[in-house]
Amino acid sequence: MLCVGTNMTECHPIIAVRVKKAVRKGAKLYVVDPRKIPLTEYATGHLPLQLGSDVALFNAMANVIIQEGLADLDYIENRTEGFEQLKTHLESFTPEYAEGVTGVPAELIRECAIAYGSAERAGIYYTLGITEHICGVANVQSLCNLALITGNLGKSSAGINPLRGQNNIQGAGDCGALPNNYPGFQSVEDPASQAKFEKAYGVPMDPVKGITKIAALDHAVDGRVKAMWICGENTLVTDPDVKHTTRALESLDFLVVQDMFLTDTAKKADVVFPAAAFTEVDGFFTNSDRRVQRLRQAAVAPGEAKPDWWIIAEVAKRMGTEVDFEYASSEEVFDELASLSPIYEGLNYDRIESGDLAWPVPDLDHPGTPVLHEDEFLNGKGKLQLLEYKPPSENPDEEYPFYLTTGRRLPTYHSNTMTGRSIGFRILVPNEWLEVHPADAEKLELEDGDWAKIRSRRGDVTTRVAITKTSPRGTMFMSFAFPEDTMTNDITNPDVDPITETPEFKVAAVEVTRVEAPVGFGAEPALRASPGRDH
Amino acid sequence: MSDSVMNLDGQEVSFEKGETVLEVARRQGTFVPTLCWDERLDPYGSCRLCVVEVEGRRMPASSCTLHAEKGMVVRTGSEKLRRMQSTLVEMVLSENPDDECPRCRDLGSCELHDLATEFKVGRNRFLGATSNASKDDSNPFLLRDYDRCISCYRCVRICDEVEADHAITMTGRGWNKGIATAFDGLLMGSECTLCGQCIYTCPTGALADKKMVHQGSIPGEVEVTRSVCPYCGTGCSINLHSRDGKMIGVTPVLDGPVNEGALCVKGQFGFDFVNSEDRLTMPLIRKEGELTSVSWDEALDYTSARFKSIRADHGPKAFYAIASGRAPGEGAYMLQKFTRAVMNSNQVDNCSRG
Repeated sequence: MLCVGTNMTECHPIIAVRVKKAVRKGAKLYVVDPRKIPLTEYATGHLPLQLGSDVALFNAMANVIIQEGLADLDYIENRTEGFEQLKTHLESFTPEYAEGVTGVPAELIRECAIAYGSAERAGIYYTLGITEHICGVANVQSLCNLALITGNLGKSSAGINPLRGQNNIQGAGDCGALPNNYPGFQSVEDPASQAKFEKAYGVPMDPVKGITKIAALDHAVDGRVKAMWICGENTLVTDPDVKHTTRALESLDFLVVQDMFLTDTAKKADVVFPAAAFTEVDGFFTNSDRRVQRLRQAAVAPGEAKPDWWIIAEVAKRMGTEVDFEYASSEEVFDELASLSPIYEGLNYDRIESGDLAWPVPDLDHPGTPVLHEDEFLNGKGKLQLLEYKPPSENPDEEYPFYLTTGRRLPTYHSNTMTGRSIGFRILVPNEWLEVHPADAEKLELEDGDWAKIRSRRGDVTTRVAITKTSPRGTMFMSFAFPEDTMTNDITNPDVDPITETPEFKVAAVEVTRVEAPVGFGAEPALRASPGRDH
Repeated sequence: MSDSVMNLDGQEVSFEKGETVLEVARRQGTFVPTLCWDERLDPYGSCRLCVVEVEGRRMPASSCTLHAEKGMVVRTGSEKLRRMQSTLVEMVLSENPDDECPRCRDLGSCELHDLATEFKVGRNRFLGATSNASKDDSNPFLLRDYDRCISCYRCVRICDEVEADHAITMTGRGWNKGIATAFDGLLMGSECTLCGQCIYTCPTGALADKKMVHQGSIPGEVEVTRSVCPYCGTGCSINLHSRDGKMIGVTPVLDGPVNEGALCVKGQFGFDFVNSEDRLTMPLIRKEGELTSVSWDEALDYTSARFKSIRADHGPKAFYAIASGRAPGEGAYMLQKFTRAVMNSNQVDNCSRG
């Protein structure tokens, strides 16, 4: 198992259970992460790479696998294209070269590559540590190269497995809430798909794909987007560069926010719709391994809060549309989705009862598809990519001498809207803190429990300091769960990957200085998350 | 006789390879009492309550550790066995304090007191020493009262086998036995992640959920509804406990396909937000700068009129919709349909990019 940029024990604890059990049964585990995360305690090896140097590392691993004769030549011949070019391209990516870029010893890179390349089944697991970079797509492709040249795609306990950070982020994409795809990942630029949805909805479809959410916020600033409808996202807190997001939302003529709470984002709205919680509706979530799972109503929504689908359908009807928005239940909505999406076509509320089926499920008798790409890839052959290492868009310099990276902590989920309102969680993690390596603390004359100002090119925040070896020398870490005190995304980097437009949340250059404790705070040690040990 | 048939209480029953006699008996609906057994855990055989008689064996055997074999002849409910089981329950019960059991208070029953009722044993002839091993543990979720511990070690084993955390272990012998973290410290600050799964395997009141509404003492039917955890993308199955339409607690679904009966601290304890006082209960419209409560009719009419005029004045691309990656999928489907079929553009996304 190769776990890359995934702090699993804190962000996906139950997937981490599976990993720990596999280790106990004898599986080898290599953890690739700049920080000494708890999962490293279970690992055969930890590769603490420099932030954003993933492509250099994985290219070097591919180089070793080829040099050592561990490439699966039959698989490469039958299932991939571009191997000869890749082989040539990788010649300069020696482990020694990668050591210079990543800081990981060449011998450790070699060891990890040989372990991955010689395993009968090797799985790659990654989270946002791979994707939240200006080179997020290249990072993923460099992992794909590894899996393709070793034949680790299309069989169980192998593959490339992105662990989705939110319960239904997979489902939201499956449903067509994407600017380029209808439900079921049918392209909006494909004439046959356009015709299908024109027939289903009875109106013409726009043949041009939309822009991403990140671009839409830019378009709000320059006036091209005038109205937004944001459902269940605290955009203001969770997007990078809060000043920019604030400007975008304030530039709109009309902002509608639909949520359970009056979030910071909702406070900017012209209309706020009260949404029912997942306990108060019937519906579905689709998880990381594409299981479509049933939610059932157990409680009554407070006051006049309503299911999301009902609110949207009511607005549609009142706009005088001729399109059919009459639904008697969430089940009818699901059935319409299934009828239009080939990957959900064989699903209904009865079939998703126990959550055993992973899509694609093309018909009612289909047993689901736990393993993708068994015999063939969607587009035929797997294209090996020739990738170059590209440094992060911001790197330490004289003015901003440290890297800052961000993530979650076990008891505080995302912007803390839900965990922060649950009794006890504020005892486990009462506040934000900045992780600082002892060597950096010494240089900055910081003691555990001191307060520090963290300044980037976007702005600054102030928080407590915890001295720990979890983060490596030169790299600091914060979460973004306490926006009321510490708006971490005031300082994160909004530069994006050119293809996905995902921002580089994981790397910003910052300056850190000691400051006096704010009024009302003493110099007591930083309060830390108790669950899980400090390292 | 086929390869996988045994005789249970005079009936020919088939079994799967590797199944224990306890599993076969439970599948047949036969009553076999247990205290140290949990379907998620490896068999342990410490409580000896699941004893059965096996033809050809001199002594009764614990059925949880006995694999079914071809031609095996097993009896489960003889008078002799019942006497043994009753005595065992009586001895276990004698160690337990006589005051209100926290588990019976919270969930309406516990495995130990259910067995006491079944075998009609109460405060009894074995009364005497107790362990006095209660722990004062200042954490927000778990109550530790080891006076009620019966040394089944299900908590230690669930922490190890199901959660893979190894945060607690067994210490001592006899009356000095106990359950402790490394160096016998508090749970907070140890390897414990406060996932709370030890609570939900404990067959007595030794471990309790400080947050669980006391279901034993409240009137009304507690409903248990299967659902899915709303936090990360793992998709763990959970049981929602509710009464009169209000959420009162959560337990893991033992055979959830993803979590296999495990949960983390968020999945077990992170649900108070649904009952939070500051949930939005009415639509709001900004009037003279202030968000003001209005009726659904007013909010929906106003919103549809504004969207209509913005589309008319600035075209379809002046609208943008962001669907939730947290809320149920039906809403995401509806928002993309609204954007494509009513606003006539593809200006829709979800929160996966940031």
